[in-house]
Amino acid sequence: MFASARKLRAAGVLGLNERNCEFIMRFNPRRLYPRVDDKVLTKELAIAAGMAVPELYGVIANQGEVRGFANIVTDRESFVVKPAQGSGGDGILVVTARSQRKRNSFRLASGVLISEAEIRHHISNIVSGQYSLSGNPDKALIEYCVEFDKVFAELSYQGVPDVRVIVYRGYPAMAMVRLPTRASDGKANLHQGAVGAGVDMSLGETLTGVLENNIIDEHPDTGALIAGLRIPHWDLILQSAARGYEVTGLGYLGVDMVIDQEQGPLILEMNARPGLNIQLANCTGLADRIARIDGIHDPRAKPAERARIARREFPAERQTPLPFAD
Amino acid sequence: MKQQYVYGLAALLTVVGLSVFIYKWQVLGFPISEDQETPVWTIESAIRFESGPGSIKVNLHIPTLTPGFRMLNENSVSRGYGFSLNYGSGGREAQWAIRRADGPQTIYYRISVYEDPRSDQSDTTPPFPPPPVINEPFKTAVDVIVADVKEQSADTASFTSELLRRMNDPSPGPNVELLLSNAQDYASFVTSMTTILASARIPARIVRGFELQGRQRDAELLAWLEVHDGVRWRYFNPLTGEESLPDRFLIWWRGNEPLINVEGGSNVQVSFAVQENHLDAVAIAESQAAQRGAALIDFSLYSLPIRTQAVYGVLLMIPIGALAMVILRNIVGIDAFGTFMPVLIALAFRETKLLWGVVLFSLLIALGLSIRFLLERLRLLLVPRLTAVLIVVVVLMLMISLMSHRLGMETGLSVALFPMVIIAMTIERMSVVWEERGPADAMRAGVGSLVIAVAAYIFMGLAWLEHLVFTFPELLLVVLALVLLAGRYTGYRLLELHRFRALARN
Repeated sequence: MFASARKLRAAGVLGLNERNCEFIMRFNPRRLYPRVDDKVLTKELAIAAGMAVPELYGVIANQGEVRGFANIVTDRESFVVKPAQGSGGDGILVVTARSQRKRNSFRLASGVLISEAEIRHHISNIVSGQYSLSGNPDKALIEYCVEFDKVFAELSYQGVPDVRVIVYRGYPAMAMVRLPTRASDGKANLHQGAVGAGVDMSLGETLTGVLENNIIDEHPDTGALIAGLRIPHWDLILQSAARGYEVTGLGYLGVDMVIDQEQGPLILEMNARPGLNIQLANCTGLADRIARIDGIHDPRAKPAERARIARREFPAERQTPLPFAD
Repeated sequence: MKQQYVYGLAALLTVVGLSVFIYKWQVLGFPISEDQETPVWTIESAIRFESGPGSIKVNLHIPTLTPGFRMLNENSVSRGYGFSLNYGSGGREAQWAIRRADGPQTIYYRISVYEDPRSDQSDTTPPFPPPPVINEPFKTAVDVIVADVKEQSADTASFTSELLRRMNDPSPGPNVELLLSNAQDYASFVTSMTTILASARIPARIVRGFELQGRQRDAELLAWLEVHDGVRWRYFNPLTGEESLPDRFLIWWRGNEPLINVEGGSNVQVSFAVQENHLDAVAIAESQAAQRGAALIDFSLYSLPIRTQAVYGVLLMIPIGALAMVILRNIVGIDAFGTFMPVLIALAFRETKLLWGVVLFSLLIALGLSIRFLLERLRLLLVPRLTAVLIVVVVLMLMISLMSHRLGMETGLSVALFPMVIIAMTIERMSVVWEERGPADAMRAGVGSLVIAVAAYIFMGLAWLEHLVFTFPELLLVVLALVLLAGRYTGYRLLELHRFRALARN
């Protein structure tokens, strides 16, 4: 037991207690939480900072407005409904199309048809606070449904794959691509069954994947090889992530981005308590990188410079040998 | 910086908690284990006499200094008599007085003592006794014996032993025989020993008391010899010269004065009855502390009404259960619903007992969850839906109680003790997790809650721990210190060792 704890310590693995005690409590003052917990506010702050976000179609803030849902989406074919203060991807509804015959019937990312009444009930649940972190009344966001870049087509089963970057004191420290699976119901959250794939910070290339704490090489549904995929706009992704620090003020931050076919990287949300599975996906502990950043930290560095330093400092430590490598 | 702060605070709390605990345990004698009962001896002296025509005054010697024993309480039962306690030359005396009384009279004096080996109240050092005035021919005999014994002894103790050995010699010399001819009974034998010792300038006195053992209806007073060696009083067996005191020897009074003196009465009889009881050690410690005036005791939980005590007996265990939960959640890393839900469930387990508790809890959650899924289809808003779940939980509890009553299983009735609001919230939370993250996550957190509840129940059910916390509530400061330390524990959780095992291989 102590031996394996020592091994983890040697590998620089960050534990939940240490993350909470040493980094979240130290660098993430509670008063800044609303900036990331309320997605409407996050969006406003990101837009003000000149960052690209998915277009907001409308906000439903109380039960009386739930009936106005149809008007918000009247000329939209696809959209996403999500709680403003949801956590862990709970309560997100992805509508990819409308039914051919009935306009008030919607097709979810999973292919299931859902009626307008059902969506209204879902929104009503969101507004009454079922998915909010505190259980308080919440707002429902209706926003642009990302047309994800085809580069990930082979590697995701429905849903939208996204890129999660951990930003420590403004420096991107680690990244992973989260790939939806059949089990995760099109959602890109690891604890819901999505695959997380580590990313070589310097190249923007995927490494091995992790599924439920196990390291895997192939996507469980499509069978495609996870490693070796070059993520487009990698420079921009790291810069946007680094800029998340200025936007939120949080020293330990998870920035989630999607890559839209036409609009490029869009900031989806930010997280003040990003999970630790990213270490498994990268086969690397966070503690070493955090210590490295503490060593080179420069409070005057601009986001672009910090992104450049991250690319320089954190190449994948060992390339996983590909089966077809010669 | 913060780390040192927490360590300092935890150390301070531990020191304060432990020092109060040790003071109460070691100095005030509070017992650390539950069924610690101390034997308490009640000695009742009944004084019977025929009343004369005039006023009556009764003086009885009562225990003053009792090495090996401490007094718990004393009282007197006498009808119409005025009662007072005085100090006489032989120690404490109880005095009863009445202007006039008719017929046979009975007065009771009762004292309760308990053994306390630490009780060694030593008397003051006496002055050297003046040489007693002894008539001839005894004076010469005493002088010869003293001179002989002095030859064959080194100090006070050996002198006394040697003297007693000679006096008890089955074939005594003429001087000894002469002296013994004067002693009619055992007590006067011991008294004459004190006289001989006095002429050797050794302070000595006769002590009388009881050998306490079990229940005695007519306990006999035993005379013993007490000799001062210049430092402390030593006890000698007058019959063997051996330095010893019988087991559980309660000294009733010292000196040559008679036990009782009745003015205006005749036919005086004094009898002693001994009774052994077992009293809760806590009660003894309390009364003792009260006698000393220890302020700490005024804040003891035992001073509360019994009903309130029962409530606090349970309440004080909640921190213990919560500590178990903190360890399981933050150091082991088990998932659970709600912050304190497992502890509250564990509280309910105290009433239902473990097996039934787990069965009833699982049944309630399973039934509640299935009905909650039906409610999901009705598309209710949050607050009415939660209320509906709560009502369903109450109805389910009622049904389980009625069913089990019908089946003759009275344990099922205790389902009513589950905190229904907590159960309702758990069902709601579990159903949301079930839908959002799948049954596996919901079951994992559900089973985790149950595991923590069972562990908390086991800890909260430890009788010795409950007694310890109730008698020494200051130990909660130590629990607080442990929780503070757990709050700054930044090491891996045990389950993380498993979770990240893939990274440990390299």
